[in-house]
Amino acid sequence: MSGNGTGTGIGASVKRKEDVRFLTGRGRYTDDINLPEQLHAHILRSTTAHAEIGGIDAKAARKAPGVHAVFTGADMEGVGGIPTGWLIHSKDGSPMVEPPHPALATGKVRYVGDCVAIVVADTKEQAQAAAALVEVDYRDLPAVATIAAASAEGAPLVWDEAPGNVCYDWEVGDKAATDAAFESAAHVVSIDVVNQRLVPNAIEPRAALANFDPSTGDYTLYTTSQNPHLTRLLLGAFVLGIPEHKLRIVAPDVGGGFGSKIPHYAEEAILTWTAGKLARPVKWTCDRMDAFKSDTHGRDHKSTAELALDADGAFTGLRVSTTANLGAYLSTFAPCVPTYLYGILFAGPYTTPAIYVEVKALFTNTVPVDALRGAGRPEATYLLERLVEKAARVTGIDRVELRRRNFIREFPYQTPVALQYDQGDYDSTLDLALAAAEWDGFEARREEAAARGKLRGIGVSTFIEACGIAPSAVVGSLGARAGLYESGSVRVHPTGSVTVFTGTHSHGQGHETTFAQIVSEMLGVEFDAVEVVHGDSARIPFGMGTYGSRSLAVGGSAICKAVDKVVAKGKKIAAHLMEASVEDVEFADGTFTVAGTDRSRTIGEVALTAYVPHNYPEGLEPGLEETAFYDPLNFTFPAGTHVAEVEVDPETGEVELLRVACSDDVGRIVNPMIVAGQLHGGLAHGIGQALLEECRYEDNGQPATASFMNYTMPRAADLPSFDLRHNTTLCTHNPLGAKGVGEVGSIGVPPAVINAVLDALRPVGVTEIDMPATSQRVWQAIQDAKAS
Amino acid sequence: MEDFQYHAPGSVDAAVSLLRDAEDGKVVAGGMSLLPLMKLGLAAPGGLVSLGKVSGLDGIADRGSEIEVGALCTHAQVAAAEIVRERIPALAAMAEGIGDAQVRNRGTIGGSVAHNDPAADYPAACLALGATIATDRREIAADDFFLGMFFTALEEDEVITAVRFPVPTRAGWAKFPNPASKYAVAGVMAADGPAGVRVAVTGASGDGVFRVAEMEAALASSFEPASVAGVSVSAEAMLSDDAAGPEYRAHLVTVMAKRAVEEA
Amino acid sequence: MPTLELTVNGTQRTVEVRNRTLLVEMLREHLGLTGTHVGCDTSQCGACVVLVDGVSVKSCTMLAVQAEGAAVTTIEGLANGAGLHPMQEAFREHHGLQCGFCTPGMVMSAVDLANRNPDPSEHEVREWLEGNLCRCTGYHNIVKAVQAGARAMGGAS
Repeated sequence: MSGNGTGTGIGASVKRKEDVRFLTGRGRYTDDINLPEQLHAHILRSTTAHAEIGGIDAKAARKAPGVHAVFTGADMEGVGGIPTGWLIHSKDGSPMVEPPHPALATGKVRYVGDCVAIVVADTKEQAQAAAALVEVDYRDLPAVATIAAASAEGAPLVWDEAPGNVCYDWEVGDKAATDAAFESAAHVVSIDVVNQRLVPNAIEPRAALANFDPSTGDYTLYTTSQNPHLTRLLLGAFVLGIPEHKLRIVAPDVGGGFGSKIPHYAEEAILTWTAGKLARPVKWTCDRMDAFKSDTHGRDHKSTAELALDADGAFTGLRVSTTANLGAYLSTFAPCVPTYLYGILFAGPYTTPAIYVEVKALFTNTVPVDALRGAGRPEATYLLERLVEKAARVTGIDRVELRRRNFIREFPYQTPVALQYDQGDYDSTLDLALAAAEWDGFEARREEAAARGKLRGIGVSTFIEACGIAPSAVVGSLGARAGLYESGSVRVHPTGSVTVFTGTHSHGQGHETTFAQIVSEMLGVEFDAVEVVHGDSARIPFGMGTYGSRSLAVGGSAICKAVDKVVAKGKKIAAHLMEASVEDVEFADGTFTVAGTDRSRTIGEVALTAYVPHNYPEGLEPGLEETAFYDPLNFTFPAGTHVAEVEVDPETGEVELLRVACSDDVGRIVNPMIVAGQLHGGLAHGIGQALLEECRYEDNGQPATASFMNYTMPRAADLPSFDLRHNTTLCTHNPLGAKGVGEVGSIGVPPAVINAVLDALRPVGVTEIDMPATSQRVWQAIQDAKAS
Repeated sequence: MEDFQYHAPGSVDAAVSLLRDAEDGKVVAGGMSLLPLMKLGLAAPGGLVSLGKVSGLDGIADRGSEIEVGALCTHAQVAAAEIVRERIPALAAMAEGIGDAQVRNRGTIGGSVAHNDPAADYPAACLALGATIATDRREIAADDFFLGMFFTALEEDEVITAVRFPVPTRAGWAKFPNPASKYAVAGVMAADGPAGVRVAVTGASGDGVFRVAEMEAALASSFEPASVAGVSVSAEAMLSDDAAGPEYRAHLVTVMAKRAVEEA
Repeated sequence: MPTLELTVNGTQRTVEVRNRTLLVEMLREHLGLTGTHVGCDTSQCGACVVLVDGVSVKSCTMLAVQAEGAAVTTIEGLANGAGLHPMQEAFREHHGLQCGFCTPGMVMSAVDLANRNPDPSEHEVREWLEGNLCRCTGYHNIVKAVQAGARAMGGAS
């Protein structure tokens, strides 16, 4: 693994293999696929947040033009519910409350958007028109939409079996040790923050096309998924009872996921079941407004935290109390996001010796909440970096200096909240970012802005992530109901070209390019001779999919292991051909050589021999194809420093983001161009959270943000160009040394932006502000500060 | 979207007679206001009469004291027209800030004015500049034209043919857009011209575009930003949405008025 | 059903549509040109942008019948038989796309800008792209691609 960055190998900014098809309109997304005899479905959704279903009258709809069927929850009785993938235990050892989740609602609806019926017709217009004829007798019940409402005394219950609407009340860390740290603290700083609810909004809406072949009993589901095998597992084994060999899941080109295409959704089950009932292909494509009501949402935390410091500014204890809104049902990863992707992050890059985190998770009458780019880690990072910033203000210690004083410098480092960091270099990362941001020259810029009547501010966040969640045995002990390994297969064809099969899924990440670079370099074959296949359970042995920045660190490692196996077998064949001992054969740059001689065979010659085994080692199987499963030894720990600089117009409250400078350690970089692109996208997502995006509900559970008309997506003009630097240390426990990059921006930048906004507003007396720092919110904060 | 009758006549007269015959007929030009409403089921006309095949309504002419803009001129055309940029730069600036590039490529002045969306930009320009709206049968002063949200003086079968803008001595435009929809939260045109000193506001009131007499009086005595900076409008009459509550919106009207004067 | 005649990607087409059929529906469902995408219902995301008589429009907010007699260019026809159009090439060169879903609309919108302004500044590109949403790229590389593509086009499509 030379990583010299030249040509097409590891370290080179190779142009992407996937681009030509996307740029010429030849991408093939789920909605682009049509099957003969296909019918169209419309999903009728609950219009009320909480109600008993008194009855559903679908007679008129069934008689409407073009309609083939209308099915409701009663029709699907006996079909399994949509499962969740994690079991969390509360402080007292009791398991979380795990209510049923029927694919089509039975008895009650629990959020606006809950699936009530499927209407199938010849055209989607007919299905939609007929759906309007379905009469649902909703007997409204009081609803709770927010953390405050759900946790109020005597609040209406989303689930009778969950008193106080509590799903679980979880903790991590040593409470007694943490309390003791606070008792002897020189300073205690506390903060209340809200991490608002967000809508992921991949630009491709979800879609599904299900088919059933009655002659074979085979089901096929094309779906917008980040993890087709996981969907097959959940849909097949838990919901519909279809064995794996009769259920094929294809996630073709997928137009972005950001977490929202991880979960197994009710619509996938409803469509597949309906296709079986009708023995016809059935297609459904979500529109954007329904997407707002049915794609899983992200974040939605309310927290209080306290930091204890000694007289020198060393962090001695951290106490966090968080309430998380999980929505009406438990989505696939939902229970683990506010716990094992959140609570165990609170050491950050700091040596805080005692940490205690408690998280109460609540049900509400809202869309289920699940992973969204960063998933748990942005929430932890935002809280910690707001608190550290405040500690700097309170203690009078320079905010950069305070962070530096507390950095971890010895690795491996065991945190008090379960994680063990393998490697890092936080000082250099910080230095690099500050230099890029021209931190030292900032005061002059502040003065120049002030002369123009503008308030300028700069903010920083230093952070770590935990990515590539692993190992399976550990996550299993924490409640995961699946392993978190990955599979990779490498098939060397007779003429030496290579097909790679990965269980990860690429929906923008460029795996077809990055993985081809790795295999091309490791096997010494041309980059163009390597093809990467993903997204089809019928072609790929197995997979856990793409999320949590895991694809390179876990999926790439599986591919490396498979390549190692190919090389090991190739050595046996080459040794035979060269009449040498296997131990004497070396492999480099696509050539097997007998050490110390000029005898050699190319990988192509060896591959041909493997498939035309006329002269072949006795007892060795023909063929040159290997599969490996890689189960990581630990999480990976990317780290970084992000700096944001803003200018506030005090008249309007507008925040202009002027520059963002980042320094990141993401481990091994295979394709710098793609890595930069991943950082850019994550930054935009994080900036969107900091300044623009917020999903709101009315008190009665009606969504108040239901389209792009009132949910602000980041646009080109909202963002600056980004200044990216890298300070690389390699992950010590995977073959690539990779850590992960997909979520960095959304984790690191929100607190940097808000710290910058608060820095700008300090002269006018504003000390707290919640995300998103919209113009109105900033203006109001200024007015409030003036008034007080 | 429900299906509907569709006609694309070749003349204004034919359009008027088709509208007269149509049941619940609507004129469509670029469709940038109407089609989004139809897609959401908020409008369901029985018939659409397209002006797409009508010629002669897409010119911009210098009539000396007035600039005449044909009803089918797109926002992009108005923004780019040399005549407009030279003689009423505030109008060009306003047109350049409507919607996005694709809306400006399709959306027309006639459609915007006829629709009278309370957050549309053109009504403010018409009112501030004292424009005249010409139709197939009459001329209507802007003062008499905009009658409230989505409501105008147009008869059901009446078709706008042009809008004539008196050339002002000076005029300026400033808009604070909704961050999500990009419609005006508060858009102000301040003008000093043949119609007098006028300040017209869009986006802020549920009653649609309105003038601010107190600001006009202050500017009439001194056309300076400072004249309006201290004049506030009542929060009570303001629209309220996620992006701006009534107090913030009222405040933005004053700030945008000041900035419009600065631009003038 | 109305019969519509228009030119799509240089070829004269006759299509039967309903009056309510949107241009994007005609392209995707009647003509099988699935490169043009739909990402919202409120005319904002811009995944559906095509060129009609040379200027960019949102094909989700135009009736097919309104395109009678017009020349429509979609992402499939942009290169006009060549490998990649200069704007497509610039997007590839500058990694201006990730998942590819917003890309067709983004490219078509960019071509319209380049036709008006052969050397747009970063600010001009960012303002022009108001009607095109991307969730993957943070726009950083799209902006670079549009600037490079415009220069490569030399002001002519």
